[in-house]
Amino acid sequence: MTEEVSRRVVEIIAEQAVLEPSDVTMDATLEDLGIDSLGLVESIFAIEEAFDISVPFNANAPEESGFDISSVAAIVAAVETLVADQKGGVGPSPTQSDTGRA
Amino acid sequence: MKRVAITGQGSINALGRTAPETLRAMAEGRCGIGPLQVRDVERLSVQIGGQVQGYDPEAEFNRQQIALYDRFTQFTLLAAREAIAQSGLTFAGELSAEAGVVLGTAAGGMETWDDNFRSVYEEGKNRVHPFVVPKLMNNAAASHVSMEFNLKGPSFTVATACASSNHAMGQAFHLIRSGASRVMVTGGSEAMLTFGGVKAWEGLRVMSKDACRPFSANRNGMVQGEGAAVFVFEEMEHAKSRGAEILAEVIGFGMASDASDIVMPSAKGAARTMALALRDARVNSDAVGYINAHGTGTAANDKTECAAVADTFGAHADALMISSTKSMHGHLIGATGAVELLACIMALREGVIAPTIGYQEPDPECALDVVPNVAREAQVDVAMSNAFAFGGFNAVLVLRRA
Repeated sequence: MTEEVSRRVVEIIAEQAVLEPSDVTMDATLEDLGIDSLGLVESIFAIEEAFDISVPFNANAPEESGFDISSVAAIVAAVETLVADQKGGVGPSPTQSDTGRA
Repeated sequence: MKRVAITGQGSINALGRTAPETLRAMAEGRCGIGPLQVRDVERLSVQIGGQVQGYDPEAEFNRQQIALYDRFTQFTLLAAREAIAQSGLTFAGELSAEAGVVLGTAAGGMETWDDNFRSVYEEGKNRVHPFVVPKLMNNAAASHVSMEFNLKGPSFTVATACASSNHAMGQAFHLIRSGASRVMVTGGSEAMLTFGGVKAWEGLRVMSKDACRPFSANRNGMVQGEGAAVFVFEEMEHAKSRGAEILAEVIGFGMASDASDIVMPSAKGAARTMALALRDARVNSDAVGYINAHGTGTAANDKTECAAVADTFGAHADALMISSTKSMHGHLIGATGAVELLACIMALREGVIAPTIGYQEPDPECALDVVPNVAREAQVDVAMSNAFAFGGFNAVLVLRRA
């Protein structure tokens, strides 16, 4: 599962950055990869769609959103946590299920 | 060049059903933002807005009119009726031939789009009401104002996202100043608090889930509003010769484009536009006592706007007052500049400065006098109204006390 999450997150980020997945390293920051605020919001949307999860993220206060975007590795870890929380039998909470229910 | 007076104002928004009600709410620092009442609200992650609560179309319009008037058109007509009644003008003969209506809206008939998309996509219907197109088109509101009041001059609708109303009023100002018309009805309207309208904004991740707190360090985004405000702009001598009450004078307009980013604001572009408006108004920057800020409550706008004000006004930036009334009525998108012009007129005419409510923590990047939480009495001679839209289109109006 972990490798699968990592692979798909890297693919999504690579697509935003217009890079090959092999060029996206785990310690890279989004800034390193040339992803701006719009690219970030689009990446999060793609992640939500890919994993059928809801990512808590407010572009006004990224650092307070509880979703660590400081590096590719941090994003992968955060997605793993969300997948475990939201798909691991607990079930999505009503306020976070907007992408999954439409 | 002709001088331009404002001789009528009208509004409907989350703070009130008329311009005086709106101003009273602003002076009291009342918040019109609350839980949204829209279909499927439970599927929205943002569930607050500055909604016109308890609005009943059937109390205002007959069945045939409702079949043709989207909510944004209804709001426009209510505001236009109030403004034109206050002006005391009737339109016939030569005046009718030259008087027009220029309005701003970003989304136009969003409720009509939303309802009919539901009908054909969700419910699988294959037939829609015959008036869908004339009801949803962005110029529907302006057209119905022209028909109701016999305005046969230059009329059109401006769509520049959050600067739509300011651009519209700037065009009306130019048409009178140049001598093309003696009277223009102008302002803007927006009614995109529908499921689809809010869902679209949610996607950008810039919306607050609890409150609009412009300039406050703990601000966490914008809150959508809805409504309309409409004004009567009139050539000064025409207004004076008929003894009209002049609410304020429009003295300058500046518009410019950032040419840089589709959503991120530019301090340089904002500063340049304010400077253009001041130059157009032929006033020194230190004449400005009050700025109604664009002040959306997003991280990006507020610090950029404050930097731009500091750049444009220099030391005087610390002396002037700047508030964002979006904290009370929400962001009316294409109508926002029109509702916010009411606050500028109140400052000039009544000496009451509308506050920025919800202000909780100072932000060193927004270290200006934002009139926190409580309205203030002050004499203001010149006021400025800012609008900086997505797409990098900026429009700034300058008004003087009559």
